Amino acid sequence: MLALDIRNINKKYEDFQLKDVSFQLEKGYIMGFIGANGAGKTTTIKSILNLTRIDSGEIRIMDKAMHTHELELKQEIGSAFGDINFYMRNKIKTLTNVIKIFYHNWNDETYYSYLKKFNLNENKKIAELSTGMKVKYRLALALSHGAKLLILDEPTSGLDPVARDNLLDIFQELVEDGEISILFSTHITSDLEKCADYITYIDNGRIINSAEKEEFIDAYRLVNGKAEQLDLIKNDLISYKKNSFGFTGLIHTQDFDPSLDIKSTIPNLEEIMIYCAKKEDAHV
Amino acid sequence: MNIAISNTSDKPIYQQLFEQISAQILKGELESGYSLPPIRQAATELRVSIITVKKAWEELERLGLIYTVTGKGCFVAELSPDEMLQRRKEMILKQMMIDISYYKSFGFTIEEVYELLKEVY
Repeated sequence: MLALDIRNINKKYEDFQLKDVSFQLEKGYIMGFIGANGAGKTTTIKSILNLTRIDSGEIRIMDKAMHTHELELKQEIGSAFGDINFYMRNKIKTLTNVIKIFYHNWNDETYYSYLKKFNLNENKKIAELSTGMKVKYRLALALSHGAKLLILDEPTSGLDPVARDNLLDIFQELVEDGEISILFSTHITSDLEKCADYITYIDNGRIINSAEKEEFIDAYRLVNGKAEQLDLIKNDLISYKKNSFGFTGLIHTQDFDPSLDIKSTIPNLEEIMIYCAKKEDAHV
Repeated sequence: MNIAISNTSDKPIYQQLFEQISAQILKGELESGYSLPPIRQAATELRVSIITVKKAWEELERLGLIYTVTGKGCFVAELSPDEMLQRRKEMILKQMMIDISYYKSFGFTIEEVYELLKEVY
């Protein structure tokens, strides 16, 4: 079953637009949603949650259309945005008591077990929580109302390496029994190298690629050659950088001719993003 | 079962998993009937994606090193001694091919390599 099925979303703003954004997330898996700042990650996420109106396209969550089942589906979605805060001066306890009445399936037992697991003290004020604690509090809330799909916008940004690692561990534990699916956006690609099952890459409002992670990476090669070899391969490269030792460039695996005496390696997500973004720049 | 994953290796992670487990099976460190951890659990513990583990397990199964019992999990297959020997040979041949091309790149002849090999083996 698809936890999330997005087809041809279009949304036009004055100076930016989402163009035919489509991707699918299988239930029980983690998808990393990557792209540079301003590429359209948050706009896409807001569109999914109907926090912004789309011009056209279809959003289905767990086999139900969002536009006809929004209230019902929102019971099953947990979302968190990096930059939207709660009332800072309230205690966790006070906030939770307000929030829980919106959810039919709220479970106090689950809630307290997550508070304990995440080391959250319900008598603390939101203002006293660290960035990592706030994300965990969001997760605790989502999981306590039985959310099956977690949509998280930059949950790891602003976290130190230890807190990030800790959060990624939690993500993996959550999907372990195959019931919960997670879509999270990030520009810290190392977060995804390990734990994400699928990668969706958006650039300038368009999906460049959405695929199973290893397939995604395997579609590209990073090539390293001598300066005089550049002309042989230049036209096939997505983009390249020159230095005094030669050049480094990114190429689609299918375009790479292994008979050329040029060294190729498997790139990481960051390299793919950097070279693809460089290509966009070249067109402007 | 021992697994050490390197993120800086040129090999994809599923391949590292596959190679390490198949080596342990062929060396007899994992006996036939040994039960492999469930895919999702292994993914969490190894901190790799679920699909990565799935691919490695599938590759092991394709080569007949493990088998799946629906609802119960994956187990190390039983190989006959002949088959075991054959597979072990294939395993070291693969490594030899890599090493040999390295020796050749330095211009050593087979005799010279053989002498060196006898010295250090």
